[in-house]
Amino acid sequence: MIYLAFGALAIGIVNGLGQALNYSRVDILQYFPGMRDYYQGLTVHGVVNAIVFTFAFANGFLSLTTSRALARPLNGSLLWAVFATMVLGFLLAAYAMGTGQASVLYTFYPPLMAHWSYYLGLALLVVSTWLTGINLLLGLRGWRKDNPGVRIPLMAFVSVATYAMWALASIGIAVSVVGLLLPWSLGLIEHSDPLLSRTLFWYSGHPIVYFWLLPAYVSWYMMVPKHAGGTLFSDQLTRIVFVLFLLLSIPTGFHHQYTDPGISTGMKAIHATLTFGVFFPSMVTAFSVMYALEIGGRRRGGTGLTNWFFKLDWKNPALVAQLLAMLTFTLGGITGLINASYNLNAAIHNTAWIPGHFHMTVGSAVTLSFMGIAYWLIPYLTKRELVGKGMALLSSWIYTAGVLVMARGLISGGLDGMPRRTLIMEAPYEKATWELAGMLTGLGGTLMFMGGGAFFAVLIGTVLFGKKSEGPVDIPFTETHHPPASSGWEVKLDRFRYWIIATIILILVAYLPFLIQYLPGNFTSTPYQFF
Amino acid sequence: MTTEKIEKVFLSLSAGMLLVFLVALFYSAFAMGIHLPDREGEIHPAEVRSTPPFDEPGVREVGPNQYEVVMIGSAWSFTPREVRVPAGAEVTFISTTTDVIHGVHVEGTRVNFMLIPGQISKITSTFREPGEHLIICHEFCGAGHHLMYGVLIVE
Repeated sequence: MIYLAFGALAIGIVNGLGQALNYSRVDILQYFPGMRDYYQGLTVHGVVNAIVFTFAFANGFLSLTTSRALARPLNGSLLWAVFATMVLGFLLAAYAMGTGQASVLYTFYPPLMAHWSYYLGLALLVVSTWLTGINLLLGLRGWRKDNPGVRIPLMAFVSVATYAMWALASIGIAVSVVGLLLPWSLGLIEHSDPLLSRTLFWYSGHPIVYFWLLPAYVSWYMMVPKHAGGTLFSDQLTRIVFVLFLLLSIPTGFHHQYTDPGISTGMKAIHATLTFGVFFPSMVTAFSVMYALEIGGRRRGGTGLTNWFFKLDWKNPALVAQLLAMLTFTLGGITGLINASYNLNAAIHNTAWIPGHFHMTVGSAVTLSFMGIAYWLIPYLTKRELVGKGMALLSSWIYTAGVLVMARGLISGGLDGMPRRTLIMEAPYEKATWELAGMLTGLGGTLMFMGGGAFFAVLIGTVLFGKKSEGPVDIPFTETHHPPASSGWEVKLDRFRYWIIATIILILVAYLPFLIQYLPGNFTSTPYQFF
Repeated sequence: MTTEKIEKVFLSLSAGMLLVFLVALFYSAFAMGIHLPDREGEIHPAEVRSTPPFDEPGVREVGPNQYEVVMIGSAWSFTPREVRVPAGAEVTFISTTTDVIHGVHVEGTRVNFMLIPGQISKITSTFREPGEHLIICHEFCGAGHHLMYGVLIVE
């Protein structure tokens, strides 16, 4: 699964280079085999990076963390079923995209209609996450039976919380894709309802960013303190953070639809408030992870207010990639808060600012973290030593420099009205200020491509030529300074059932008023295939 | 200071900062009148061009210093393509699409809204400075998406 994840990332990064250079008006897309146009490449970029790469990595990585934390194997046939579902889903979607029958981008808003295999492929990719979720729950249930009254090990708790959140969050996209769009693309339903499908998309489309992010958080909480030689401070606070993500990730989707007609401003304001709420656990994370790093830095002889930071092990590729991921995520978080800001959003909605923002979140905080994880995970899985440690370190620095330069370009262009998802180099309109923005975007994208290339060189080198070694016998994860309480209110944190019920109530508060007003919907749109 | 105390201070500061931001946002929205698109009614996408007010797209004066811009988006152009309004006037955009989802961003201003088939979009703004702004379709709407634009001229 991890290999599938990085295979998808490779395809995505190659396409990403084409998109970044579009903004600096350099056309390399014409040299890509089988690519008809920019929008086809952009669809591939979005699907393989944001869906295949992230889903495959989460499925593999969190199955491993859960199984290790519970000290019991997960169901083997279910794991193979996950892998088979993902491969099949990927092939179906790849067929549709590769033959140019699905250039509708990864948001696939109707009434633009893709080939049915695209929707079916995406649905199967979501099913693979459900199968993984079921596997984690079965593992947890078995463990509970054998360990009555014992607190769930923290690493299993955070992994299961991630999948519990996504299980509820993916309902929207499942209803839209399986219930509406797939039958529509097969000709069984004549019309689509663009606003309803868009709303269902964003019901899943915001929490999906946490499904991308939380596996990285699992690593930041559980593994980064270990790499840094520190300890995670509070078991209880970590559990609270993941419970908050479970509760607040989903009822926030309208902040992607502030500029949509047909949704009342009152509901948009409620979602804005809840979105600010879900920012809180990320602030707590900044505190907890920094504190764990500080413990590590001081143990290595760091003193004073900031000196401990420089005493960290800057020679460990797994740690450095994730430290840099946190750095870009600070900027990603701040720009995200601006996006979520009710009316401030009007200044930047659908401009190049948005990809500027999310390349500092999913495009680096998540991607760099997953690369950092790979730097210990691949040696662990293959029992080979990492080849090219220097290059591994360098790749993270180049990638980070690239993402910062690119984001600077996209963000400044966006503030000047440069639209996202647009073949700028062939647009009949332009503004003088977009020139510098476009150059920076192209330059940054090229650096990211090079950093990604160095990463893959290390990865392939390790798998093929790495020196056989006993290697790490266990995965690196931290103890907590304050262990879990065995009595008192904290024990209730482990009752997922309650949190899931509370989450469902919040979802109903956030979406029921809209659905009551809006249903049975406005199914009047005929399909279009403008590609 | 014990660590638990640092923890509490940090958490309260985080929560406090977010609350201040929220208050500022809603003050600007409700006291200063910066509004988002609301529910304005539905329309059949196939009948847009024969349904008032979209049967006569264009700019019209509807009151003292008040103007309405009736605009249709369809792949891949805006009708009308050029919009002229006086500086300082209250301008209301009433808009929809005949086919797929489009976007309308009058760059350099906060006029930024989506056109969704079946829905009517409405947003009011005032342009204080004379000048020219691009009207950009900023939602992917097919192979010719980048060709779709217009111009707003504030006189």
